[in-house]
Amino acid sequence: MLSANGKLHRRPLVGAVLEGRGDMAVIAGLGASAWDITAIGDTALNFPLWGAMGGAAMIGLGLAIAQPERAVLVITGDGEMLMGVGSLATIAVQAPKNLSILVLDNEHYGETGMQETATGHGVDLLAMARGAGIKHSMLVTRPDEVPGLRAAIHARSGPFVALAKIDPETLPLVLPPREGVILQSRTRAAILGPAADLE
Amino acid sequence: MQRSDLESAPAASADWPDQIFDLLKAYNVKQVALVPDAGHSRLIKRCLADNEMRVVTLTTEEEGVAMMAGAWLGGQRSVLLMQSSGVGNCINMLSLATLHRTPMPMLVTMRGDFGEFNPAQVPMGQATQPVLEAMGTLVNRADKPEDISACVEATLKFAYNTYRATATLIGQRVIGAKTFGKD
Repeated sequence: MLSANGKLHRRPLVGAVLEGRGDMAVIAGLGASAWDITAIGDTALNFPLWGAMGGAAMIGLGLAIAQPERAVLVITGDGEMLMGVGSLATIAVQAPKNLSILVLDNEHYGETGMQETATGHGVDLLAMARGAGIKHSMLVTRPDEVPGLRAAIHARSGPFVALAKIDPETLPLVLPPREGVILQSRTRAAILGPAADLE
Repeated sequence: MQRSDLESAPAASADWPDQIFDLLKAYNVKQVALVPDAGHSRLIKRCLADNEMRVVTLTTEEEGVAMMAGAWLGGQRSVLLMQSSGVGNCINMLSLATLHRTPMPMLVTMRGDFGEFNPAQVPMGQATQPVLEAMGTLVNRADKPEDISACVEATLKFAYNTYRATATLIGQRVIGAKTFGKD
């Protein structure tokens, strides 16, 4: 799971976190996070974003409030989380137990030419989450910490924010469906049953 | 000058905030996202006092647009309350409603509108309706108290029945334009 430079590989990490995910719903921020969850396995309980940069965590909050018994995981990148960093305060105040956020921090904007993000210059998103009032957080840098990360996400004792320092590798694209109506409809049906489209 | 002179809020006798609350209940709205505005203060109090509504105070209005997408994924109806200046913060996030066909009703109290005193409110206030419409939002305007209930009901119906972003703009003429004692 570790690359030559000592950082975690993103897809084995995401695969380990999602193993035995059951009925967990997963929102993925645009770009590499969306390709990652799709590479692990595209399912109706995946909601990969094609845009809405900065909104992934808040989509997770709306879903977590609506479905309090279901584990909801937001997987997103450092650039996307930085854009929506205020939502950490909003989420901390709402304190949904079933919401977890996993930030895959490669310290770069991966889809636009690997420009550096602020997290490569000392900005600590996990400290920002704690400062926002997120009481349950975890830094992940080593493979032996991943089982604990998975357990914390599945425990539904959130809101939980984890940040994994990952290798800034560019991986083959594994694209989910692009049609937004299909993405929303399939997730609603998986959560609410086939009658969801008759709402 | 009183602090209350700095903001526009409806008279205490106005009952349209209560009418809006009754509509939110009638349409089974469970999640109320908002950045506070003086024009919505009574409605916000009513929502906070309701045990079946989850009120989420946002750090910026676009969070509310994303939250409405998540609420709908989970089978709950939601609404976003904000001042006209907040509409500018929502522009790109409103792509979600178009892309996914998600109900996103917004109730917007206007500033920079009828009789505004504060120059800083004017640019976004004047751009509010064109900006919403540019992003595919169906916009109703209520400039009289008796229009508000019908406009809000149409906004809720249109959003939930036809799966899109909709908005009612509540004009400053209804809410009351403040003049900082310079009228």
